[in-house]
Amino acid sequence: MTRALTVLATGPLALVQDLGRPGYGHLGVPPSGALDVPSLRLANRLAGNAEEAAGIECVLGGLRVRAETSCTVAVTGPSVPVLRNGHDVGSHAPVHLRVGDVVELGSPTAGLRSYLAVSGGIDVPPQLGSRATDVLSGIGPPPLRAGDVLPLGTPVGPPVGEDAVPPPSPSDHLTVPVVLGPREDWFTDPAAQLAGVVWAVSPESNRVGLRLLGEPLRRAPGFEGELTSEGVITGAVQVPASGRPVIFLADHPTTGGYPVIGVVPTRYLADLAQARPGTKIRLRAQAQH
Amino acid sequence: MRLRRCGHDAVLVELDSLAQVAAARAALAGLPGLVELVPAARTVLVSFQPGSSGLRQVQGVLDQADLSAPPVGDARQVVLPVVYGGPDLQLVADTAGLTVDETIALHSSASYTVAFSGFAPGFAYLTGLPEPLCQPRLETPRARVPAGSVGVAGEFTGVYPRSSPGGWRLLARLADDADALFDATRDPAALLGPGDHVRFEAVG
Repeated sequence: MTRALTVLATGPLALVQDLGRPGYGHLGVPPSGALDVPSLRLANRLAGNAEEAAGIECVLGGLRVRAETSCTVAVTGPSVPVLRNGHDVGSHAPVHLRVGDVVELGSPTAGLRSYLAVSGGIDVPPQLGSRATDVLSGIGPPPLRAGDVLPLGTPVGPPVGEDAVPPPSPSDHLTVPVVLGPREDWFTDPAAQLAGVVWAVSPESNRVGLRLLGEPLRRAPGFEGELTSEGVITGAVQVPASGRPVIFLADHPTTGGYPVIGVVPTRYLADLAQARPGTKIRLRAQAQH
Repeated sequence: MRLRRCGHDAVLVELDSLAQVAAARAALAGLPGLVELVPAARTVLVSFQPGSSGLRQVQGVLDQADLSAPPVGDARQVVLPVVYGGPDLQLVADTAGLTVDETIALHSSASYTVAFSGFAPGFAYLTGLPEPLCQPRLETPRARVPAGSVGVAGEFTGVYPRSSPGGWRLLARLADDADALFDATRDPAALLGPGDHVRFEAVG
């Protein structure tokens, strides 16, 4: 029998994600991949997979899948109810499913993105070495829809029976370090300007970028013009003409024509992945070292 | 040349010309732990796996490289079959002070090189555009440029890999039987990459 999961409901948005396809920026291809990488890695470990296996990233729960084969799933991200045939079996632990069992994710009370890993991993055909859905370029499988049947790979190891993995507790107030550069000289006193604003996450944020609302950043005298487009990386804090920053996430464009005042270190990107609209964010310029 | 800090694991190399960009890209290509090497018009972004030694070697490699010499390598030679007659062909001809036929001859006789890609997967910025065809973007960009449209803007010519908004002056379109500029299911996915040599061939 074919190993598969059938999608019964997706919630607001459910996507296949793995660790993405870095290394193709020179062709205009975004890195893509899970926004909360540690959570996907953990879900895979709990399900007995290699950490880079593909799982499902969903926003605000509501994902419901049916096992078409005996398999193990694990849900990570913020703490959420995980219902197996209607009974809460909890997140952050391996859950065994028999053929026909249905698993449903509830909504997190804090945070945004849950990760479901399944033993063997989601085995849709890779594109450029990854199964990730890139919402900017349309590379990878389209967003999941009810009725989709997702093929599963062959399990490589037993589920890891960790029973004390603390879920992250996303906060509605974040302080995020920013390494100034490459274009901090385009802004008057960049460290002080960043420190002086409490930003709010805009509801227009998505996998391309976290858009921030607040007092606009001011350009330095003589830097009013446009920048010749240049390469950008994940975590770059780009400041468009509005003065309101966008923090680039995994599906960001590979080049941009607005100055990047600084870059959020990789280890803080998971916090940003879980930041709901309205979350307050302070950007703190980090001393160079 | 100047290095600009770009987070913990990357650096943006600022250069003076497209030629220097090409040379710097080639010089950096083999560094250990390299993740991304993204050329643009006056910069090369180079990023590394965390903790790899590559980042510390960037300055030394560039100091030793001859940034005035074009890179040597096995660049691909790509011929793109195109059908001239784009919606801005007359505008480009008038701006250049040429007839339409002369404009087509000029665009299709030049040899181009992919300087960099961006904007969308597989969108290659081609240098080598004859000077009369170096023209500004449209004052009002189009909301939708059809996939395969061949345009000029500034010192570049290029082909839209898929339909998108765009402000380039359109001269032609890719022939129906031409290979797709970008296909994520194909290997290689992008028909054109930095350093490749390109010619346009008028068909139909």
